[in-house]
Amino acid sequence: MAHIFPLLLKGGIGYYLWLSVLGIAIAAGTVAYIFQVRYGLIITGMRDPFPWGIYIGNFTFLVGIAAAAILVMIPSYLYHYQPLKEVCIIGELLAASSIIMCLLFIVLDLGRPDRFWHIIPLIGQLHFPQSMMAWDCLVLWGYLLLNLIIPWYILTCKYQGRQPNSRILMPLVYLSVGWAISIHTVTAFIYSSLSAVPSWYQAVMTPRFLASAFTTGPAILILILQIIGRYTKWPVEKKALFKLSEIMTIALFFNLFMFGAEIFLESYAKSSHFVHRQYLLFGLHGHTACVIPTWISIALQVGCLTFLLFPGFRYNPDLLNLFCGGIFAGVWFDKGIGLIAAGFIPSSIGEIFEYHPTLPEIIITLGIWAIGLFIFTLLARLAILIEAGDIRGVRQNQSEKPGQKPDVKSGGKSDGEPDVQPKAQEALRSRKVK
Amino acid sequence: MITRREFIEKSALGASLLTLPSLISGCLSEGFFQNHLKKMSREELDRAIQRMEKKYRRAFSEQVEVRATPAQEDVLFGMALDLSKCIGCRRCAKSCVRENNQSKDPQIEWIDVLEMKRGTLELDRGDRYYQHEAVPVKGHFYLPIQCQQCQNPPCVKVCPVKATWKEPDGVVVIDYDWCIGCRYCLAACPYGARKYNWTSPSLAANEMNPKMHYLGNRPRDKGEVEKCTFCLQRTREGRYPACVEACPTGARKFGNLLDPESVVRQILAEKNVFVLKPELNTQPRFYYYFG
Repeated sequence: MAHIFPLLLKGGIGYYLWLSVLGIAIAAGTVAYIFQVRYGLIITGMRDPFPWGIYIGNFTFLVGIAAAAILVMIPSYLYHYQPLKEVCIIGELLAASSIIMCLLFIVLDLGRPDRFWHIIPLIGQLHFPQSMMAWDCLVLWGYLLLNLIIPWYILTCKYQGRQPNSRILMPLVYLSVGWAISIHTVTAFIYSSLSAVPSWYQAVMTPRFLASAFTTGPAILILILQIIGRYTKWPVEKKALFKLSEIMTIALFFNLFMFGAEIFLESYAKSSHFVHRQYLLFGLHGHTACVIPTWISIALQVGCLTFLLFPGFRYNPDLLNLFCGGIFAGVWFDKGIGLIAAGFIPSSIGEIFEYHPTLPEIIITLGIWAIGLFIFTLLARLAILIEAGDIRGVRQNQSEKPGQKPDVKSGGKSDGEPDVQPKAQEALRSRKVK
Repeated sequence: MITRREFIEKSALGASLLTLPSLISGCLSEGFFQNHLKKMSREELDRAIQRMEKKYRRAFSEQVEVRATPAQEDVLFGMALDLSKCIGCRRCAKSCVRENNQSKDPQIEWIDVLEMKRGTLELDRGDRYYQHEAVPVKGHFYLPIQCQQCQNPPCVKVCPVKATWKEPDGVVVIDYDWCIGCRYCLAACPYGARKYNWTSPSLAANEMNPKMHYLGNRPRDKGEVEKCTFCLQRTREGRYPACVEACPTGARKFGNLLDPESVVRQILAEKNVFVLKPELNTQPRFYYYFG
């Protein structure tokens, strides 16, 4: 196995550049985090009336990305939709990377990271069954394990050149599908169970969380699959993208429908609870920081949905990227910042404190994203190498000596050589072979 | 010649060996493994208290004494506040800061006083940053808010590590050393009563109250949540809370709700009291009335 690790770090210039950009972001985030540990969370923009900020916002958003892995698992394993089944593993690895980011966001949001052991089951003291946060820790750890075990099992089988045993795989898949729904349900419960915050205390929040997750999950997955399809030799079928695009459109519709239902309820009666929504949409007593981003977020989501309703746009691979980016940005603000701002402005005793994330806070946040993307890149690379047959079990490897049986796809390179190259080089090489 | 792989392996090993001792010593430092208060044996508690006293004596004054007086039997504390008497002078908040060793910079105050226009009880209309030469200001009344010591406290329910709970005498307390600083309780409290130490609190040694309680006024640290405890270092020994003693108009009344003779029980029997946000069913043991 050890010979695999150096392979993961080999690649074209683009690959090196990508990894180094992520490396720099991780280093910057680490330095900023050391400052945070030293001086406390005062280096962030959060204060008592607004105790949660972009850390928890990104955490919420990423739980959604992780939960969306089931949107590739259900069509692949339960409906045997072949085009998606082939890229299913990417969805699972994306889920695992997102959960790692989620857990990191929780840890760095803690004022006392040194007491992290208090929330480790059995060693610490988790507050069951009352605290939704305790439940969330449990389901997140479980989901992370599931999303590491399933791809690990599938890839090991591929590596050893045998078919996965469905008696082992299918129970894990069923468990994972249920579990994915649970992680986002419990995360929504963290908010919606707080009767002190009227804008969160709504039953529709949980289904809406799932709908928005099933919107952003496919969006980011489509973007990733487009990149993989373009820059690696993994064949990503257009059909897979279009299936995801359909799911995304339906989920986006339900997300916006429930959003509309929320707004109607609050604005019709104009009870005192409308004040939170009023802050987001129109500003409150001259505090308008969220107004423009909120309208942009709504416009992006409604605009993308309008276009996606037309098959011409929905099944256009190039325009699809644009819509996915728009949906990603729109839902990120809506779920990451808008949700929290609407909860805390005005605060429970009527104070208006507008939170603005500080520079160190943003650097730390970007650092976590970079860690997640770094992990995902390496995991995806490993999967691509194994799927493409560039890495195989030791036994086969020894029998096939380099040069004996040249791999046509990789242009006769010795086996084990990685093959993620920019498109141009790839095309050039395949022409040579012909 | 050293290969790249060997180099990476060796430097990783070297780095971990270098950082290991500091990591271990950090982990074994005083109090890292200190258990949850309720899980400690008598000896463990004594040792924890000794460790705290040593730490506070070194940092502040030799007179520091930390107690862990348990709740008295057949006692349920409650407070009543006469809004027609409150003049908004904020002496209660000030005396609370001194009694309970709150941070001066950044400033933490467990009692917020809202200046409200007459004719409304909507908290949104209140201002907790009012600055006047003299109070009360015409056309306004004043609404002090602190921990309402709920019978059904949402903050206790949400804590992921049981770092906060309701004592038998009704006081909602925090084991500061067990709090992980996630601030879920701040989000869950409908009264904004919980305060967070965003950085290391600053506390002058000469302004320190050396009579401390484990669950009450002992100094908190960076990243921990704190709030009003009805001055349990006083009230569990038969004294009044600092805010009650400091109030110049006698607007605050404090007593045992289980004792029919107590002043709070008399107010409950004779006045039209109300609680804040009754629709949330938090059942505060902090009653307001216009006397």
